Amino acid sequence: MIEIKNLHKSYQMGKNSLHVLKGINFSVEEGELVAIMGSSGSGKSTLLNILGMLDELDEGSYTLDGVPIKNLNETKAAQYRNKFLGFIFQSFNLINYKTAAENVALPLYYQRVGRKERQEKALKYLEQVGLKEWATHLPSELSGGQKQRVAIARAMAAEPKVLLADEPTGALDSKTSYEVMDLIQKINDEGNTILLVTHEEDIAHMCKRIVHLKDGVIVEDKKVDQVRAEQYV
Amino acid sequence: MFSRDSWKEIFETIQKNKLRTFLSGFTVALGILIFVVLYGFGNGLINTFSEFFEDDATNTFFVFPGRTSKPFKGYKSNRQIEFDNSDLADIEESFPLFLEYISPRVDRSGLVKYKNESNNYTTRGVSEAYQFAEKTIIMKGRYLNKQDIKEKAKYAVIGRLVEKDLFKNEDALGKYIDITGSVFKVIGVFQDDAGDDEERRIYIPYTTRQLIEKNTDKINQIVIGFKPEIGYAGAMAFERKLGDFIREKKFIDPNDQRGFFIRNVADQLKQNQQFAGVLQIIVGFVAFGTIIAGIIGISNIMVFVVKERTKEIGIRKALGATPKSVISTILLESVFITTVSGIVGMVLGVAMLSSLGDSLKDYFITNPFINMGTAIFATVVLIFFGGLAGYIPARRAARIKPIVALRDE
Repeated sequence: MIEIKNLHKSYQMGKNSLHVLKGINFSVEEGELVAIMGSSGSGKSTLLNILGMLDELDEGSYTLDGVPIKNLNETKAAQYRNKFLGFIFQSFNLINYKTAAENVALPLYYQRVGRKERQEKALKYLEQVGLKEWATHLPSELSGGQKQRVAIARAMAAEPKVLLADEPTGALDSKTSYEVMDLIQKINDEGNTILLVTHEEDIAHMCKRIVHLKDGVIVEDKKVDQVRAEQYV
Repeated sequence: MFSRDSWKEIFETIQKNKLRTFLSGFTVALGILIFVVLYGFGNGLINTFSEFFEDDATNTFFVFPGRTSKPFKGYKSNRQIEFDNSDLADIEESFPLFLEYISPRVDRSGLVKYKNESNNYTTRGVSEAYQFAEKTIIMKGRYLNKQDIKEKAKYAVIGRLVEKDLFKNEDALGKYIDITGSVFKVIGVFQDDAGDDEERRIYIPYTTRQLIEKNTDKINQIVIGFKPEIGYAGAMAFERKLGDFIREKKFIDPNDQRGFFIRNVADQLKQNQQFAGVLQIIVGFVAFGTIIAGIIGISNIMVFVVKERTKEIGIRKALGATPKSVISTILLESVFITTVSGIVGMVLGVAMLSSLGDSLKDYFITNPFINMGTAIFATVVLIFFGGLAGYIPARRAARIKPIVALRDE
């Protein structure tokens, strides 16, 4: 599903160039649930941003579902993002003046799905995350956990190839974190490919594979026995 | 870009961001409103100016006697200059090329009586030509004629309001009125566009007035109409030559400005038209400034709107919004708001002007108006620049990398 070869990325910080990713080789199969771990500054968010086409790579190659991702203009990148990827952010990033259902329907709007179908799908995915009754509520009326579930429903709504989650539990307490992880695991059970950046060990162990990043290189890449979040909920 | 869906998206955004919508709409509406009203006021001022002159003929000089301020040829200073009948004849004879008509003007006011009604009016002794100078309109009967002047007839032409005051509902024609002790027959009733004061006057032959006043040949003022075809330059030349002529005849020092005065209506008209033109330019400048201020206002709001929505734009881009769709959403929103509020402001302004009508006449503003072409042009300009003001920050926002936009708090 994802194939990365010899990926390099550096940032220009004034006169100094900061080499963040120093040759990453990495691939993900369909249906995997991968945790990318590392301390801050290890380059894990940069890697995720490049995977999400939110940032460009300097060197190397990136293939997503057989499509080479390079030299994309903004329009093409937007279309690929819409088609291939669903994003889950630490700070949820819901549009605050839109209701839960409207937020979930937004990626479908950019897929040019008809209004009626958008609404139906939005409700369907809200139901999956257990928030159907909250469909007409604004984000400000929802708790943190509920907001993240709406964001997950939104990421799912476009039916992407890969879900990218950047510290999805970073802004949540442990109980809510486990609820969200439970949801992510269930989505993965249905065969969806998910990449998740975290620095929390317990969250990482709820995935099926852990990739450790340190100073811009992968230091460890291991399969783990998944801890089900269900038992903590 | 113009699908029903994208409009729905825009309406939703507008509805859910009422303050923002109101602010930008208000700026535009106010800008256009002020523009329309100011411009209309400018036109109202010009209307007032032209009205001042419309009721009188503009090819006219008024010559008033004065007192000399310099001794000349044995005459002492401070001598009262007087005009008499011979001056009329001499002027007429000397300027056949310029002169169209000439009339004296001898004003007296006094009690005028008809039966039990009486009132004070100004009675003006004139010749038959005076009708042209005042553009007097005869409602019934006739004006004075040459014969009346020659025969020193005791005829009077009275103003519409004199008839109304003294005769009530009676017809004044053919009736006799008592003007300060002498009886005159009413031969005509007139009206005048200049208003009530002019319509409370009575015209009689100046010769009759002179007869009553011990058969004098003195006259107060001379009113001269020049041929319109001599034009403005000709009028100025005539004024100069006439001045020289009178100075010579009355032995007034060539440098004495006070022996007599000539009021040149054509010159005054020209000056006033220039003044009105300058006013129009000033008003136009202020109105233009208002539009500029409106454009700057809407630009500021658009910059603020885009800044405020940077994160939202980032989210939308992460979800698959293309730069084009980001720009078109913001642009359509701003153009929609400016169009609607621009039209509202324009309609309000035009309605305000037309409801004002003559109510500001005391402030020299008569019938303020703006032609629709100008109003629509200004609105379109504001809409265009409102759109441009939205486009520039929108384009910049659409170029921001989503990762940068998402970081924006």
